[in-house]
Amino acid sequence: MSETAVAVGHDLHEAHDHHGPTGILKYIWSTDHKIIAMQYLFTGMFMGLIGGYMAYVFRMQLAFPGINVPGFGQVSPGEYNALVTNHGSIMIFWVAMPVLIAAFGNYLIPLMIGADDMVFPRINRLSFQVFLLSAVILLLSLFVQGGGFGGAWTAYPPLSAVAEYNQTDLGSSLWLIAVALEFVAFLLGGINFITTLMNSRAPGMKAYDIPMVCWMIVIASVLFMLSVGPLIAGAAMLLLDQTLGTGFYDPARGGDPILWQHLFWFFGHPEVYVVLLPAIGITIDVIATFARKKVFGYKMMLYTAVATGVLSFFVWAHHQFIAGIDPRMANVFTVTTLLISVPIAELCFVIVATLYGGSIRLTTPMLWALAFMAEFLIGGVTGIFLGASGADIYFHDTYFVLAHFHYTFFPIAIIGTFCAFTYWFPKMFGKMMDDRLGKIHFWGTIIPFNFIFIPLFVLGMGGQHRRIYNYQHFPELATDSMYNLRQIATIALLVMLAFQVVFFFNMIKSWINGPAAGRNPWKSTTLEWTTESPPPHGNWPRDELPNVYRGPYEYGHPDREEDYWPQNEPV
Amino acid sequence: MIDIIQGSTYAASIDNLILLIGVLVGVWFVLVEGMFFYLIWKYREQPGQKTQYITGKEKHLKRWISVPHALVLVCDVFILIGAVQVWRNVKQVLPPADSTVRIIGQQWAWTFQHPGADNELDTADDIFTVDDLYIEEGKVYHYRLESRDVLHSFSVPIFRLKQDAVPGRAITGWFEATVTGDYDIQCAEICGIGHGAMAARIHIEDATQHAQWVAANSVSTTP
Repeated sequence: MSETAVAVGHDLHEAHDHHGPTGILKYIWSTDHKIIAMQYLFTGMFMGLIGGYMAYVFRMQLAFPGINVPGFGQVSPGEYNALVTNHGSIMIFWVAMPVLIAAFGNYLIPLMIGADDMVFPRINRLSFQVFLLSAVILLLSLFVQGGGFGGAWTAYPPLSAVAEYNQTDLGSSLWLIAVALEFVAFLLGGINFITTLMNSRAPGMKAYDIPMVCWMIVIASVLFMLSVGPLIAGAAMLLLDQTLGTGFYDPARGGDPILWQHLFWFFGHPEVYVVLLPAIGITIDVIATFARKKVFGYKMMLYTAVATGVLSFFVWAHHQFIAGIDPRMANVFTVTTLLISVPIAELCFVIVATLYGGSIRLTTPMLWALAFMAEFLIGGVTGIFLGASGADIYFHDTYFVLAHFHYTFFPIAIIGTFCAFTYWFPKMFGKMMDDRLGKIHFWGTIIPFNFIFIPLFVLGMGGQHRRIYNYQHFPELATDSMYNLRQIATIALLVMLAFQVVFFFNMIKSWINGPAAGRNPWKSTTLEWTTESPPPHGNWPRDELPNVYRGPYEYGHPDREEDYWPQNEPV
Repeated sequence: MIDIIQGSTYAASIDNLILLIGVLVGVWFVLVEGMFFYLIWKYREQPGQKTQYITGKEKHLKRWISVPHALVLVCDVFILIGAVQVWRNVKQVLPPADSTVRIIGQQWAWTFQHPGADNELDTADDIFTVDDLYIEEGKVYHYRLESRDVLHSFSVPIFRLKQDAVPGRAITGWFEATVTGDYDIQCAEICGIGHGAMAARIHIEDATQHAQWVAANSVSTTP
């Protein structure tokens, strides 16, 4: 079956090779999965810079209320709300998803399974074009009359539904349209990932020979597809409420605002795992490579990831314990939420166990992978406080929640991205990155990161609630010690942002001037390392498409002199 | 460290639950991070060292996953029991009320309706205030929480109490204060551009003070 699909893929290639665009159009109108991956990657990074800039502006306001923020000016309450709303939306929908799933999914899946391209290259191109459109609409929504949407990334109605409440008539609708278009882009992309993995694998590659990162991206795509439907329905109703004045969420006309919360979090919680799983896949692949170790329990890890995905559909209402749902329901969702700690703990145990008996090389990508584990664990254990209904009464909507999910999303979206980027950079650009600059950037990011969010845990425990542009109205929150903590967090953020210059400098310097990488600089086993760096159009010369003889993590095999055994090497 | 007082009968139980979870996950956290960094150090690259070929199917090694796995589940059960107990006590089972207040959120103020001298709500002597809630220490209050426009959330950190206000619903809950004094009430659900200024104060008084306050205000607001 897979051979047939490969053959179909070749035919498609022939078709678009003959009429393929040339020159600059090659990079804009390409159907090559590697070019589309780059488009997603750099768009995602650009959006990440905007999201980071927003964080800088509102953190300055929080630490030094009323300050004239350099590069922005004074922050009004409306602007503050728009900044936090769009920071959250951008970082999740326009950074984490496009980079982790779309960019690395596009780049890695065909290369790692030995295919010459995605099954549907044109759908792939369309996916990015729709995504780009959604990003443009989102950015434009910040500049329309009334300003950008400021009802938080969760967009709870009635605030998000009624213009006279949110005072951002156009901004709210554009924000919603942008999010909906982004979903369309990811549905198109997800179809491609799933079908490609199912149909285009190299001859000999069985289900358990697929590298973990490909599995994780595909499981994430399935989760996304299964969870996004209700939210798209919800978004359509919200858009109708906004524009045509329907009353789906208006209690005065028989609607219910809490309906949105259910639809949103039914999507929103699986969404966490949609971005988490690819990051875990990246981490385990990098750790296996640099520990020179087989993954400890491949099947166990795979099925645990699936179990996490399934369970994630039954935990959504832990976001709504105090939202006015029937209090008895909270008990049910506390059970399911605490249960999900079991597979997540197991994934962490597998990562730790893989180090056992290895020979660990602390390269830059390995440092990122290890940091993912070390930092994500903080996010994981603090989640237990919030999943336990009784404790959530106090912690809900405080900075404790905020610090908790930044300890999950930062490792996922930022650490995971840097890990994957530094690991696959040699393959993508054919050059090695500077390891010393890479390590400076690593420590310059990781240390300030902890100094941003540990103070925020403390502030949250002190009762500081979220989305407040200025704490002067709350005497208990306007104390000197609290301002000191806020200032520590803000200064740490400034330091962290400054160190990103090192990353971009390193990237450009290495791209232009780095030493040639060769095919397999890390001595890794998976298929993407068997072709040239960067791989040509079609990934391998037509007659060199790989066959697969073994699993993806054959490091330190006792029968071999070399400590790695590539998947494509005949016995 | 930032410390806030326990101002309600259930504040201590919530704090103890947080402490219980803190101890349990703290132990796990230290164990896992400790093991993690130990392994990174122990198996750092050394010349001439060959890695071990381990598939994860070895029974004696698998125990290192399956035993902690079961222990995590046991910890979860303890946390679950604690969480449900606290939750039932705070949110699910309401003790009989000595008095009832109505709390109405709107953009961007809290309106409080106190029962007045007859201790009954919705009578002529009710006392209405904006952004100031007056209650008596040691009495069980039921609140009826409503909203006129968007979602708000009634949050009293010293009580460890938080409850969203939803338009179209009247949500009932309870509290009993154990201290006197003036403390913050926050709106903990984003409600528009004035969300950051939607602050109120709770004034907890002893019986005499509160009776005086009721007497002074109940009369004057009667038509």
